[in-house]
Amino acid sequence: MRLEHFRMVDRVALIDVSGGLVRAESIVPDDSPVFEGHFPDYPILPGVLMIETMAQTGGWLLLTMHRFERMAFLAQVRAAKLRAFVAPGKRLTIEARLVHDGSGYAVMAGRLESDGKLVAEAELVYRLAPFPAATLRARMLQAARDVAIPQELLNGA
Amino acid sequence: MASTFDTVAGIISETCDIPREKIAPESHAINDLGIDSLDFLDVAFAIDKAFGIKMPLEQWTQDVNEGKVSSDRYFVMRDLCSNIDSLVSAKAA
Repeated sequence: MRLEHFRMVDRVALIDVSGGLVRAESIVPDDSPVFEGHFPDYPILPGVLMIETMAQTGGWLLLTMHRFERMAFLAQVRAAKLRAFVAPGKRLTIEARLVHDGSGYAVMAGRLESDGKLVAEAELVYRLAPFPAATLRARMLQAARDVAIPQELLNGA
Repeated sequence: MASTFDTVAGIISETCDIPREKIAPESHAINDLGIDSLDFLDVAFAIDKAFGIKMPLEQWTQDVNEGKVSSDRYFVMRDLCSNIDSLVSAKAA
């Protein structure tokens, strides 16, 4: 997890396109400028970044489902619950399950766990749109390899 | 059993906080009811779920943007409901 770069997902551990399920892992960094402000002498992962972590995890499933022909843009966050603090150094497991694959949009249910406990959950709505730039698509494909999305799921994309 | 119009009007009323009595068959979802694109995502999700369909919003939007059809064809309530009925029939066939 590189908070300053908004790289919230370290590794995609499971991606089941037909089953509409993705699981990922991340480790919260021990140090980050984010913790200088959130909060001084009491560092915890900001709740909005917990939501972003779930959103990025779900996004990887959507990009893979759509063969990287569509970019997923977060459009709505519903029923978000931030249940516990997450301290630096914690290992996170993230799950996102497809609720509905609509035309030009998708709905996913995200869950974030640490130490086997649910720490955050939300329903996430994405707009799916053609990539606004080919360079962005290339960057996302590279990022997909960086988070270990299996090459066979990227073939042809 | 509720008609398609009753179901869709109920969804729009609840999702977009629009009084049910303001929603008529000739109402344009965007121009008359003022539903914006983000709220329409909620409406589309609720309609897809209620009818077990996938409204082809991308195709409809493209048709309108390319000037192939008037937005009335897809977003006036009467026409929207007719399109939903067609999608439900096509799914059942």
